[in-house]
Amino acid sequence: MTVNKWTAADVARKVIDNKELFILDVRNADAFEDWKIDGHQFDYLNVPYFDLLDGVEEILLKIPTNKEVLVVCAKEGSSIMIAEMLSDAGREVAYLAGGMKSWSMYLEPIKVGDLHNGGELYQFVRLGKGCLSYMVISKGEAALIDAVRFTEVFTKFAEEKNVKITHVFDTHLHADHISGGRHIAAATGATYYLPEKDAEEVVFDYTKLEDGLTVQIGASKIDVGALYSPGHTIGSTSFIVDHKYLLTGDILFIDSIGRPDLAGLAEDWVGDLRETLYTRYRTLAEDLIVLPAHFMIIEELNEDGTVSKRLGDLFAENHGLNVEDEAKFRSMVTDNLPPQPNAYQEIRHVNMGKITPSDEEQTEMEIGPNRCAVR
Amino acid sequence: MNITQTLDAKGFACPMPIVRTKKAIDTLNSGEILEVLVTDKGAINDFAAWSKAGNHTILEQKEEDGVIYFYIQKA
Repeated sequence: MTVNKWTAADVARKVIDNKELFILDVRNADAFEDWKIDGHQFDYLNVPYFDLLDGVEEILLKIPTNKEVLVVCAKEGSSIMIAEMLSDAGREVAYLAGGMKSWSMYLEPIKVGDLHNGGELYQFVRLGKGCLSYMVISKGEAALIDAVRFTEVFTKFAEEKNVKITHVFDTHLHADHISGGRHIAAATGATYYLPEKDAEEVVFDYTKLEDGLTVQIGASKIDVGALYSPGHTIGSTSFIVDHKYLLTGDILFIDSIGRPDLAGLAEDWVGDLRETLYTRYRTLAEDLIVLPAHFMIIEELNEDGTVSKRLGDLFAENHGLNVEDEAKFRSMVTDNLPPQPNAYQEIRHVNMGKITPSDEEQTEMEIGPNRCAVR
Repeated sequence: MNITQTLDAKGFACPMPIVRTKKAIDTLNSGEILEVLVTDKGAINDFAAWSKAGNHTILEQKEEDGVIYFYIQKA
């Protein structure tokens, strides 16, 4: 039997198209428990490769013959070895090229919707990490919001769309992933905006992202308006695009809300978080479509693979928006928080420009789930 | 420490350090000690998990100039 090689893009299609897949994950149990490839209809078997060195006979019965089978490991070496052993045993299987590393890095651009006068809004879904970046496209120009570090994905996409990136925004200083914002701005001549209150320690030049700032993108004059919405960080700022979409950054997600502790100040910021979610956002039109900077679980994906939901629906359904008792809310977002993202302190320092790790080191730092939310 | 055998797996990527370590361990007697040199950082967790699964004991583990040394006592 041949061993097939799948790319992260191939796996992303299976997730988005709601396909069945059987994943044999040969990393050790801790790594699998911590973080795996999520799909709506994926089944899993986790057996570390080192338990299979004497042969795969004992797991053959557990591997279905009526489904596609993908062998996954951290980088790819072990998955190739195990896939070949399965192939020798007569099974047709595939392995994931680049392993979980490449899965963590893959971005799928999906159109969220049309804006007025021919504009378009794209969401770049980083399935492996749960990061969401955005590109607002108007005639001739584009704005980027919360771009992850794979700068070429965005610059190439802009080239294909024949637009020039003129404005690059970060809703806040990220702690779970490395921002590509200022590098893209430097490469394209765009203006790079960051909230001043999150930027006290940054060592590069930026333009202050202030509450109420509105920029118009391209000939279609699509409005991108800033709304100060602290809580996840003290500078966290949301955007309203074309009076239709609310980009919430890490403040409000589909099935959860932002956590206030990643800069070490949960107690101080919980009041801001409450104010943003229970007062500021309440004054906005309920028909706005919420577009967060993350998703945490695969159930948050819509049928087309995008992550979005009407604000009014979130007011009704999101548990974090329905904790009437303030003390209870305070306790929910400060006690028993989930583990912090991998290397979040170092990642903050990279985003401040204080350290400049190699690509390899950046990949290592970003391994694992994003963990920016409280459910 | 009385080292019975040394395995140099420097420069090898996953899964080779573990594959070669297993082969070497298979030739040892219970209680004997294998020294393994690797450069793949991903090996650190794998050696811990693999040793645990086989009841082998990592007596010592250190890193010097980018080389990780494991001292594994066979179960």
